[in-house]
Amino acid sequence: MPSEPLLKIAGLTSHYGPIQALHGISLEVNAGELVAIVGANGAGKTTLLLTLSGVQRASGGSVHFGGNDITRSATHKIVQSGICHVPEGRQVFAPLGVEDNLKLGGYCFRSDRVGLEQELEKIYQLFPILKERRKQPAGTLSGGQQQMLAIGRALLGRPRLLLLDEPSMGLAPLLVEEIFRVVRELNDSGVTILLVEQNANAALGIADRGYVLETGKVILTANADELLANEAVRKAYLGH
Amino acid sequence: MSYLRGFYLLTITAAVLPLIFPDNYYVTVVGVTAALHAILAVSLNLLMGYAGQISLGHAGFFGIGAYASAILTTRYGWNPWPAILAGLGLTAVVAFTLARPILRLKGHYLAMATLGLGIIINIVLVQAGKFTGGPDGLGGIPSLSLFGWSVDSDLRWYIVIVSVLLVVVWLALNIINSRSGRALRALHGSEVAAEMMGINTTATKTGVFVLAALIASLAGSLFAYQQAFVSPDSFSFFFSIELVTMVVLGGMASTYGAIIGAIILTFLPELLVVFEDYEVMIFGAILMLMMIFLPQGLFVGLQHLLRRLTRDRRTAIDAAEAGESGRGAA
Repeated sequence: MPSEPLLKIAGLTSHYGPIQALHGISLEVNAGELVAIVGANGAGKTTLLLTLSGVQRASGGSVHFGGNDITRSATHKIVQSGICHVPEGRQVFAPLGVEDNLKLGGYCFRSDRVGLEQELEKIYQLFPILKERRKQPAGTLSGGQQQMLAIGRALLGRPRLLLLDEPSMGLAPLLVEEIFRVVRELNDSGVTILLVEQNANAALGIADRGYVLETGKVILTANADELLANEAVRKAYLGH
Repeated sequence: MSYLRGFYLLTITAAVLPLIFPDNYYVTVVGVTAALHAILAVSLNLLMGYAGQISLGHAGFFGIGAYASAILTTRYGWNPWPAILAGLGLTAVVAFTLARPILRLKGHYLAMATLGLGIIINIVLVQAGKFTGGPDGLGGIPSLSLFGWSVDSDLRWYIVIVSVLLVVVWLALNIINSRSGRALRALHGSEVAAEMMGINTTATKTGVFVLAALIASLAGSLFAYQQAFVSPDSFSFFFSIELVTMVVLGGMASTYGAIIGAIILTFLPELLVVFEDYEVMIFGAILMLMMIFLPQGLFVGLQHLLRRLTRDRRTAIDAAEAGESGRGAA
């Protein structure tokens, strides 16, 4: 393992008005890893990702990415530095076409048109259905296709770190399997991924390491297979 | 470029009309007003239809342009051209300064703030009588001339203003279909999601606000030279509302829709004059009916209707397109 982690979060806190959502979270993601964050509803998983992206403000602690302090950076600066976020509920631009959505993902690469076309072609190879539908408004896609679009859109930002928030939400079991297969493949091809999931079984099944979050705190961290074998985790999150 | 197809059609129509009807009142007089309104509606549509930021103060920037040109030419003896530039400069300063605080607001609050802006500009025009002539307005504004070609007839004004309209439309179409245009449309969908794409939403909103204001200011200067007279009435908040109506009536987020909205709202009162006392009533009824039956706006609504009628044919075309898309991404 490299000595300097790609992402280093230390004592991160965040508030929604008077309500504290994150109670001093510390975690690390090394380059090339696939790290899963699991936990129940309301544990602060989504808040954590939003705080990393700068959409939600941190009230304390620090976030370092690639050695730089990005705790107080504006969202668009954070994206430019290489953190691309696939938000919860996908958030595709419904009236815009599939291809326009994808191109928006590459917004940061102002003058690199050739690069954009190449990246676009890669996404179409990864998700051929998106190519078929490329002129269709994104809002008319099915849930699974929208999830693929949201992931593809984030990939066009050429992420050094990809944040995935509940990619399995609202999808049929077969599609969940498909999405997780793609996530694993992306990681194998070198993309560092921080994955947030309620579906702990599936997430830990593909991850290298995992963190268990409860009421805004990290209560447990270990390698993914150890967490899967952990009695307490099985009881609390895996339902058996 | 396929998105410019409509633009060529518009250019040809605009060029042919005065050839067929050289001295027709509806072409060279009402038509010029409609074109001027269309310039304003197209610029407002960039802000409102595409970026989703409503403005009820657009007439204010129209007024700044008109009065800057009127005052500088009549009171200080400036040549009309630098006066236009000065108007644009003043508008840029005002719009840029106000954009940041105003565009933080959303929805009704943004509407209120821009409404206030429009009203304040109008009050200044009325109260600063020493410069603006107050409620009586300012007359004796010289006309434009270009390399000795004096713009002194209705037909010549038609050529000038319609040319400016075409340039503005071409500009708008290109912006919308560019990277910045995608950013604008993304902003309309969700500002947070747009931020997550790496779009600096504050800068993007400020940019489109200033651009829309500059186009309005240019239209204002042209209006002042064409009318040779300006008064605060032309830049009241009622006119701002009328501009919003043009955009909504034609169809939000459609440049051609904005043009059609402007044409209808300019011509309808002219044509309804025959009804004399009932003119306003019938005007209102027509607007209501249009919005009831074509809530997406006239142009966009008719487009959808046409598409639904020809759906069978379309699916055949789509299938053919899907077949040939094996050649690779466009």
